Amino acid sequence: MKTFVKFAAMGALLTMAACSRPAQQGAMVNDPYAKMNQGVGVGTLPGTPEHFKATAGDTVLFPVDQSTLTPEARTTLANQAGWLKQNQGYSALIEGHADEQGTREYNLALGARRASSVQEYLISQGVTSGRLRTVSYGKERPLEVCSTEECYNKNRRAVTVVSPGAGM
Amino acid sequence: MLRKLFLTSAMALAGLGLAAPAFAQDGPLRIEITDGVIEPMPFAIASFHDEGGAGELLAKVQGLIAADLTGTGLFREIPASAHIARPESFEAPVAYEDWKAINAQALITGAVRVEGGKVIVKFRLFDVFAGQPLGDGMQFDASTGNWRRAAHKAADQVYARLTGEGPYFDSRVAFVQESGPKDARRKRIGVMDYDGANIKYLTDDSTLVLKPRFSPDGSRLLYTSYASGFPQAMMMDVNSLGARALAGEQGTMSFAPRFSPDGRWIVYSLEKNGNTDIFQMDAASGAQRALTNAPSIETSPSFSPDGRQIVFESDRSGVPQLYIMSASGGEPKRISFGDGRYGTPVWSPRGDMIAFTRQVGGKFHIGVMRTDGSEEKMLTESFLDEGPSWAPNGRVVMFTRVTPGGNGEPRLHSVDITGRNMRPVKLNGAASDPDWGPLLP
Repeated sequence: MKTFVKFAAMGALLTMAACSRPAQQGAMVNDPYAKMNQGVGVGTLPGTPEHFKATAGDTVLFPVDQSTLTPEARTTLANQAGWLKQNQGYSALIEGHADEQGTREYNLALGARRASSVQEYLISQGVTSGRLRTVSYGKERPLEVCSTEECYNKNRRAVTVVSPGAGM
Repeated sequence: MLRKLFLTSAMALAGLGLAAPAFAQDGPLRIEITDGVIEPMPFAIASFHDEGGAGELLAKVQGLIAADLTGTGLFREIPASAHIARPESFEAPVAYEDWKAINAQALITGAVRVEGGKVIVKFRLFDVFAGQPLGDGMQFDASTGNWRRAAHKAADQVYARLTGEGPYFDSRVAFVQESGPKDARRKRIGVMDYDGANIKYLTDDSTLVLKPRFSPDGSRLLYTSYASGFPQAMMMDVNSLGARALAGEQGTMSFAPRFSPDGRWIVYSLEKNGNTDIFQMDAASGAQRALTNAPSIETSPSFSPDGRQIVFESDRSGVPQLYIMSASGGEPKRISFGDGRYGTPVWSPRGDMIAFTRQVGGKFHIGVMRTDGSEEKMLTESFLDEGPSWAPNGRVVMFTRVTPGGNGEPRLHSVDITGRNMRPVKLNGAASDPDWGPLLP
């Protein structure tokens, strides 16, 4: 019974998350099969890190040398906050990253700034600060490896990694 | 002022621990490291003599002395095939006319012997056109396993006498060896001779490590490690390999540690709540205090050789630029004003210049400037050059050059302060973050 309630709650969140992402919403309206798939829960199990990634989105991107949050980033982070509030058994580690256009040490500091921006925003959305930690990888762990803006814009990112445990 | 000197008691004292510092600084033969276009000075090494048991070390020692000198770009070796004179022994008189005839301006003679597990390297340097020795003959001894050090010491003497600059060949460099794909790079700290020989790894590659930096005496390394899962400044004993975290308050990141010239202090960056400032730590007691307190990023601190000032990078103006402040903190003075971004400043051990990374126009450069920001000069240009570190004599820097793309990787290069003599360090494989240690005793 308890499980059922949890699943129901996740379903509601899922719908909420989907509604706040216009692109997906459009796809679902136009594609009945996609909606059917959604309906039977193909993909991720609610309440799992995979589900967090699939519904809220775990990554936000930053402009060159910036740590301020774009409107898109704020939307994603609002969803992350919603998921975290719904799943109190999880804590999150926010990884800040930079592209390779910068020195190693400056990029460590820049990655920390980005992770901290995300942390502050999640706290402002009601997530308890004790559940959030940050780490900077600077330019040490790029997602994409090419040396053009096409890759750089994906590497200037903060990734929220959720894991079971109530945090600190 | 040139006197003809024989190998005497000064020579006997000149073991590796007691290199005799006396040499002629006022000889007529001199090549200067300047911006003018220079022709490398032609020199010859008369075939070294085996004075007992040298075996294959004879050619190796002679070859390494030649490699050290030609590697500076300041000297050109006249090959043995062109030599006319073939001295019979190390003590034979120098046939100056024969060396003049092949236009050798400097002549090195030498001998090697091995006894009791030690290699003994003797050399003399001559000013061919003046027809005189240039300074005292000297000898160096080392265990046979350390033969390279004896050769580097001899080459250092020749270099110092001919350039008037301090020696630097007999030194070690800490660096990060890299392997694996770009998005999951594995790194470990290594130490090598300045020329890439004698590599020893100090960490395994299970933990991400960055930016090793020697203590002034070379016995310890500061670096940044992800051992705890979070970047943390660490200190390692180079001999025992024992390591400990320097600053470890949960929720903070410490990085970019560097020693003061007297080894008493460590400066580093500490990040709290996304903001990075520069802190100072008493290396003995661990007591810490902030040297900067700004909402901007302050990082990459480096002491002046007298320990009174610190150069660092800050983006308080909107983009990273270079600043100098008192070693006790206080209002910093900006010294870089060019376009683009400046970072990783390092104060020359001679005190006269600051080397840095500059990113402008889609390229990276290693540059140098006077400590007041004047006479700024770019030494290199590439897709990505960063992190210069000074040779002990303050006339050469080593840095990381990264090639672009998914298969791009870092390699170590060195360049002198004229920007002319750039060359890769001979290493098999990717490496980054060089830190040039002190001249060995």
